[in-house]
Amino acid sequence: MTDDTLLAARGLTFRFGAIPALVSVDAELWPGEVLAVVGESGSGKSTLLNVLSARLRPDSGVVWYRDPAGELHDLHAMPESTLRALHRSDWGFVHQNPRENLRMTVSAGGNVGERLMARGARHYGNIRAEAIEWLSQVEIDPGRIDDLPRTFSGGMLQRLQIARTLVTHPRLVFMDEPTGGLDVSVQARLLDLIRSLVARLNIAVVLVTHDLAIARLLANRIMVMQRGRVVEAGLTDQVLDDPQHPYTQLLVSSVLQA
Amino acid sequence: MTVMLRTEGLAKLFVLHLQGGVRIPVLRDVDFEVRAGECVAISGPSGSGKTTLLRSLYGNYRADGGRIWVRHDGALLNLAAAPPRTVVAVRARTLGYVSQFLRVVPRVPALDIVADAARDMPHEEARRRAAALLSRLNISPRLHPLPPATFSGGEQQRVNLARGFIGDRPVLLLDEPTASLDENNRDIVVQMIIEAKSSGIAVVGIFHDLVVRRKVADRLYEITPLQDAA
Repeated sequence: MTDDTLLAARGLTFRFGAIPALVSVDAELWPGEVLAVVGESGSGKSTLLNVLSARLRPDSGVVWYRDPAGELHDLHAMPESTLRALHRSDWGFVHQNPRENLRMTVSAGGNVGERLMARGARHYGNIRAEAIEWLSQVEIDPGRIDDLPRTFSGGMLQRLQIARTLVTHPRLVFMDEPTGGLDVSVQARLLDLIRSLVARLNIAVVLVTHDLAIARLLANRIMVMQRGRVVEAGLTDQVLDDPQHPYTQLLVSSVLQA
Repeated sequence: MTVMLRTEGLAKLFVLHLQGGVRIPVLRDVDFEVRAGECVAISGPSGSGKTTLLRSLYGNYRADGGRIWVRHDGALLNLAAAPPRTVVAVRARTLGYVSQFLRVVPRVPALDIVADAARDMPHEEARRRAAALLSRLNISPRLHPLPPATFSGGEQQRVNLARGFIGDRPVLLLDEPTASLDENNRDIVVQMIIEAKSSGIAVVGIFHDLVVRRKVADRLYEITPLQDAA
């Protein structure tokens, strides 16, 4: 761990009954860096994301998190209220299904403003102005601010979720297959959006994806998981262009060329 | 002149696990260096490992033995042993690479792709320089706001070149930079390489075009193919 490490995991282990989902996993993340976690379904990548974001407690191992004041905390020893506060402001979580994060009975603007209010914002005019600003950042017509999310397309819902997540300027965002289930044209637009926002706001991201092309375009570093173990990790283009582990070689060689 | 890049005993071996673990040694005992303001052309028959060497120098392929010294922020750093985060920093400030293929996020305009590759330049200046470079490479301003996915092969290569040259990084690696260019554009790229050299940039390249090679290269580094030791 270095002085500026944002998140560090050591020896994470987690089992679903007899099935090992994480087997002594180490990971490290620095500010402003995008780390992709790839592997087939069932490889443990979503479990890792949930443990790193304290949504799931590991059977053993520890996750260290450095707060904005520079102090290190054992994530899973933090009080529930502190964790909730973290998730409301300093962190964000982008789900594959935006409905898990959005409130479908609250307007688009309300969905964005709610996170600001949870952090303590009270002035209605400011909240609305910031919501409008964020809707346009994610290329949603601000004229739709009072519409309910159920009138939005899948791609718009995903962009609304991103606006809701980023409005508090989190330092660390967890993303679980953020472009999964979207049409490719919508996917391209979303990738461009994530890439530019993450670079401009200097956000650190842990990105879970099964799509190696997305990992290549967005991530500085990559971890390849198989049956709960990290079988290979390193610089994204090096791991994808010069894979060392048999499983990574299999993954890379199985990708269809468009 | 200052040594900008030097390899010592560089070795690269591919192990193909899906083909029964066959081992293909490509590089062994590669010792070469390039100094500021100099251009070294890697030469050798097809399949001898020219691209493998260039990619290893960029950290795109992992060296299996030896050292790759790069002058980064004034001091020599062994890229072959550097953690990924350091390699990212070396690429951001020191090491530029022009590959034969353009790989970018779809939907991003050509101008932004080039401007994003500039080093710590202010945004507006980066866009101005990107536009100037693209225009110099005969990419008409009409095309600057378009994503290059629909561009011709030669146009994509020129976007790639603009991206490689914009940062004025002290070491530039070029993989067949003129392969799909016509004569006019080829001459422009030759001129850009000559200018880069005179500003002190160290260039390592693979140039199949012998006219280009004669014009830009100060020395050749010959690769001899290794015997398959499988």
